[in-house]
Amino acid sequence: MLKIHNLHATVADKPILKGLSLTINAGEIHAIMGPNGAGKSTLGYTLAGRPGYEVTEGAAQLNGVDLLALAPHERAAAGLFLGFQYPVEIPGVSFLQFLREAANAQRLGRGEPTLSGGAFLKLAREKAALLQMDMEMLKRPVNVGFSGGEKKRAEMVQMGILDPALAILDETDSGLDIDALRICGEGINAIMRRPDKAVLLITHYQRLLDVVRPDFVHVLSGGRIVRSGGPELALELEEQGYEAVAA
Amino acid sequence: MNEEIALRDAAAIEAAARVAEYEHGWSAEIEQEFAPKGLNEDTVRFISAKKNEPEWMLDWRLKAWRHWLTMPMPDWAKLAVPPIDYQNAYYYAAPRPKKELASLDEVDPEILRVYERLGIPLEEQKVLAGVEGARRVAVDAVFDSVSVATTFRKELEAAGVIFRSMSEAIREYPELVRRWLGKVVPCHDNFFAALNCAVFSDGTFVYVPEGVRCPMELSTYFRINAQNTGQFERTLIVADKGAYVSYLEGCTAPQRDENQLHAAVVELVALDDAEIKYSTVQNWYPGDAQGRGGIYNFVTKRALCQGRRSKVSWTQVETGSAITWKYPSCVLNGEDSVGEFYSVAVTNNRQQADTGTKMIHNARGTRSTIVSKGISAGHSSNTYRGLVRVGAAADGVRNFTQCDSLLLGHDCGAHTVPYIEVRNPSAQIEHEATTSKISDDQLFYAMSRGLSQEAAVALIVNGFAKEVLQQLPMEFAVEAQKLLGISLEGSVG
Repeated sequence: MLKIHNLHATVADKPILKGLSLTINAGEIHAIMGPNGAGKSTLGYTLAGRPGYEVTEGAAQLNGVDLLALAPHERAAAGLFLGFQYPVEIPGVSFLQFLREAANAQRLGRGEPTLSGGAFLKLAREKAALLQMDMEMLKRPVNVGFSGGEKKRAEMVQMGILDPALAILDETDSGLDIDALRICGEGINAIMRRPDKAVLLITHYQRLLDVVRPDFVHVLSGGRIVRSGGPELALELEEQGYEAVAA
Repeated sequence: MNEEIALRDAAAIEAAARVAEYEHGWSAEIEQEFAPKGLNEDTVRFISAKKNEPEWMLDWRLKAWRHWLTMPMPDWAKLAVPPIDYQNAYYYAAPRPKKELASLDEVDPEILRVYERLGIPLEEQKVLAGVEGARRVAVDAVFDSVSVATTFRKELEAAGVIFRSMSEAIREYPELVRRWLGKVVPCHDNFFAALNCAVFSDGTFVYVPEGVRCPMELSTYFRINAQNTGQFERTLIVADKGAYVSYLEGCTAPQRDENQLHAAVVELVALDDAEIKYSTVQNWYPGDAQGRGGIYNFVTKRALCQGRRSKVSWTQVETGSAITWKYPSCVLNGEDSVGEFYSVAVTNNRQQADTGTKMIHNARGTRSTIVSKGISAGHSSNTYRGLVRVGAAADGVRNFTQCDSLLLGHDCGAHTVPYIEVRNPSAQIEHEATTSKISDDQLFYAMSRGLSQEAAVALIVNGFAKEVLQQLPMEFAVEAQKLLGISLEGSVG
C-alpha cells in the first residue's frame, strides 16, 4: 500500500529525514516510535505534502500513485489521511460543513458521485457514535473551543467519514485521558483494521499500542529507521528507552 | 445551527469553487435612449421631462443641482479617487419606451437573457411557471435606469403595500413621496447625495401601511449596462406603524474599461413598532488586477428610526466596485428604537473600500449593534469607518461594535476608524476589534482533508464572515457565499 524509498526531506534547509525507507502492506498496522526530534512528525507532514517540507531525494507511493507529485488535497483524494497532533481551529465553519465539502471534493477528485445531504448525515452520525461524540459537537465550528481530547476524537470522526486507505496518526494519544484513549483506540480499530486499509501510528507510548495492536514497530532515529520488529519491540523500548534500543 | 442549513452552506461553497473568473463582464445589446452627454441644468430638465414629472419635482431637482454646484467633493475617506470628469458622462439612459407590461413575457428577451446569464434567481419565473414552493420575491427589475417590469403588484396591492418604481410613485402617490423624499437624506446632505437629487433617474418606492407585514420579500436588481452611464438610483422605503418589510438589493455590472460613477441614495423611514430589514449583495465590476476600470460607488444610505420601538437592520456584502464609499446609517429618534449594521466588505487587487456606519442615538433606550468584517487581499485597501453618537438627552443607550479584519497576503491594508461621541454618561458603549490572517496551518489542515487551496480559502473566509452572512435571507446568503469565494480566487499562494 505505502512504499517509501530512501526518503530525504528538509525543513528550512535543515535535513530531517535522511534516507527513510518503509513498506506498509494492506491490512497492516505499523507503529513508529522514537525520541523527540527524530523526524516522526516530519514524516507525516512530508507524506501529506505540507508546504515547507521539502523532499530532496527518494520516493513515496500510495497504491502505486506517486504521492510526491501531488498537491495535499490530491493526496487526500488518493486515500491518505493525516491525523494531526495539534488539530487546527477554523472559526465559523461547522465540522459538518467542512467534512461534507472535503468528502465530496475527494469524491469528485476520484471521479465518484458526491454524497447527498442525507447520506452524508447518516455517515456522520454513524462515525460520531463510534467515537461517542455527540452530533451537536459536529455542528460547532471546526475544533473551536474543543478540549484536547475532543479534538483527537474529532480527528478520528473525520477519519471515519473520509474513509482513507492509509491513515498516518501523529501522536493521536497525546493529551488523552484513559477513557478517551480507549475510545480513540477502539475507533481506530473499528475504522481502519480492515484488509484493504493500513495505519501508521506515530507515538511515544505503549499505552495506545495496548488498544491498537501494531503488526510492526519501527524505531526512528536521526531521520531514518534504525530498527524494526514486532509488537514486542515497543515493550522493549518502554523498558529500556530509545537510546539503548536504537544504539 | 440546523444541519440542513449547514449542508446548503456547503453546497453553496462548492458552487463557488467551480466558478473561475468574474463572469459578469459583458454587455448586452439593448437600444438606449440617452440624455446628451454632460451635466448642466438642461440635463436635469431633460431627465425630469423625460419622466413626466410634476413641477414640484423639477424644482426640487433644480434646487439640489444649484446646491451641488457649491459643494466640494469630500476627501476625508481613506480613498485615492482619480479626478472624475462629470461632464464626460451620460446621466440618463433608458430602454426604449414600451407600453405598460403585464408580465415578464413582455420584457425585452434580451433583458431576461441578461439576468439569466448573471445567474440571478429570478424567482418570479419559477412562480409564473407554477413551480411549487418557489420562494416568493417581488422583483422590481431596474435595468439601467428605468424599471421595465414590476411584478406581484396585485398581491402587494391587496395587502395595501405600495411597491413602485420611483418615477411611477412620483406620478401616482405624489403626496406620500413628497412627504418623505429627502427627509432622511436631504439634498444638501453631501456632495453625492446632492448630485443624486438633481439627476436621479429612477429607483424604488415602497410604502407598507400601518400594521401590515409585507407578504413577500421585495427585491430589486440593479445593473449598470450602458457605457459611461452614471447610475443615480433613488430608493425610499416607508414602514408605517407596526409594519414590517424585508428588502433585498443585489447588483452586478458588466466589464468596462472606463470607470463608471454610481451615486445612489437610499432612505428608510420606520414609524412606531415598524421594522425594516435591508439587505444588499453588491458585486459591481471591481476593475482588473492592475486597477483599470471598475465602478466608483458613492452611496448614501440612511434610516430614520422615527417611531418608538422601531427597528432597522442593514446587512451588506460588498465584494465589487473599484471604489466604495458607503455608510448605511441609523438615526434613532424613537424611544427604544434599534439600529443594526452587519457588513462584509471584500477588497482584492487594487480595490479600495471605505465603508461603515453611523448610529446616531437621539432618544432614550435606543440600542445599536455593529458587526463589520473586512477582508483584504492583493494590493487593496479596506477601511471600516464608524460613528456612534449618543445625544445628551438619550438615557440608557447601548451600543456594541465588533470590527474584524482578515488579511490575505502581505500587500493589502486594513484600517479601523471608530468615532465615538458620547454626551450622556448612562451610555454603555462596547467596541471590539481584531485583525487576523488566514494561517498556513488552517490552509494545510483544510487541504489535507481534500479541499483545494481555493476551496479552503473560500471556506475559511465564509467562516470568518458567518455572523453577517447568517443575517441574509437564504437565497441571498447563497449568492453572497459564492461571491466571497469568487472575489478572492487567486489571492493566496
